[in-house]
Amino acid sequence: MKVDFRVNGERVELDVEPRRTLADALREDCGLTGTHLGCEHGVCGACTVLVDDQPVRACLMFAVQAEGTAVTTVEGLAGPDGRLHPLQEAFVAHHGLQCGFCTPGMLISALHLLATDPGPSREKIREELAGNICRCTGYGTIVDAVAAVAGSPVPEP
Amino acid sequence: MKCAPFEYVRPASVADAMAALAEADGDGKVLAGGQSLVPLLALRLARPAVLVDVNRVPGLDAVARDGDAVQVGALVRHAALAGQTLHPLIAEAARWIGHAAIRTRGTAGGSLAHADPAAELPAVAVATGATVTVAGPDGERTVAAEDLFVGALVTSLGDAELITGVRFPLPDRWGFVEFARRHGDFALVTAVVAEVGGEVRIAVGGVGSVPARAVAGERTLAEGGTAADAAAAAGDALEPTGDLHGSPRYRRALAVEMVRRALVRAGIGGPG
Repeated sequence: MKVDFRVNGERVELDVEPRRTLADALREDCGLTGTHLGCEHGVCGACTVLVDDQPVRACLMFAVQAEGTAVTTVEGLAGPDGRLHPLQEAFVAHHGLQCGFCTPGMLISALHLLATDPGPSREKIREELAGNICRCTGYGTIVDAVAAVAGSPVPEP
Repeated sequence: MKCAPFEYVRPASVADAMAALAEADGDGKVLAGGQSLVPLLALRLARPAVLVDVNRVPGLDAVARDGDAVQVGALVRHAALAGQTLHPLIAEAARWIGHAAIRTRGTAGGSLAHADPAAELPAVAVATGATVTVAGPDGERTVAAEDLFVGALVTSLGDAELITGVRFPLPDRWGFVEFARRHGDFALVTAVVAEVGGEVRIAVGGVGSVPARAVAGERTLAEGGTAADAAAAAGDALEPTGDLHGSPRYRRALAVEMVRRALVRAGIGGPG
């Protein structure tokens, strides 16, 4: 089945089986392997992408359902010159990742949070990132990274 | 884990959806937000031959005041429910549903049709005495929320039927309380209190196979009991099941406390 949508500003035309998830289409058909797949049933949040600026679990949406939408993946965060997004910079500066598996989903969720609430409290950041599971960091440094971008106080390490 | 193959149909109207479901002859499934169905497909617990994707059916995504109730279209997303101000009880309940990336996709109709006993909207529907509008091969019918839920993940909907909307009466006073281990988890217990047309209704979710009225608690209130009396009576009448998240005794104790808090939030039955 044919599907036509945009990914990080570029038009994509694919011919996929209806059962192909958006996550698999991004990874396998578009070569955008930054979107990670952990659980593949909507629990871990690693595959979170933006569809028309709204966060979506890409493993719970079929690629054919993306017809006509604009998708943003982690590859779309950095500038055209390769300069990292401020959130990405903050994740580096605050050690907001270790193995990096959850990071794309964390970044997308944080991006949406800051788009809807530019100055969230640490409590709010924790709440909003509760749908993204990290097994390395214990979350503290991830919250620090997002809080730093949000201008919230970040404790000294 | 990948879904088994299926035929994908994207109807442009309720009538087209009806035709597609009829043609599937019992082996079709309606796909709305997909937040419960797609995991079932991925785990191959469900293997329908046909998926009828209703996401692009127009006219099912409105929230509107309708007399002393609020009419919610089946395709209204949880995020929109959380953001609307016409029905504050629904807004509060919707904020407790899953996470941001689930609320952007999950729908009101889908939540009711999936009938998870621990889900928020089914409990609100039972507490407020909501009426569900269902399109089917023989036209439209309405069903009371209490008659929709038959068992865990089981409804009285036919194979070729589709929920198109829900009419939630507006309560004069209400309380919504949920206990979950982590933010965004399904509730261990949800208690919803709604005073509709002078009648106080209590619904408890997450304890039995369906979100159920706590009739004993309602009666205790009507007889002049306090919130604590009513909560205790509601708890006595429950027959909670145990699982790895909580023993029957724990769930009953939790349900009593949640009902008490919901009544206190609603300002019913004294300070508790």
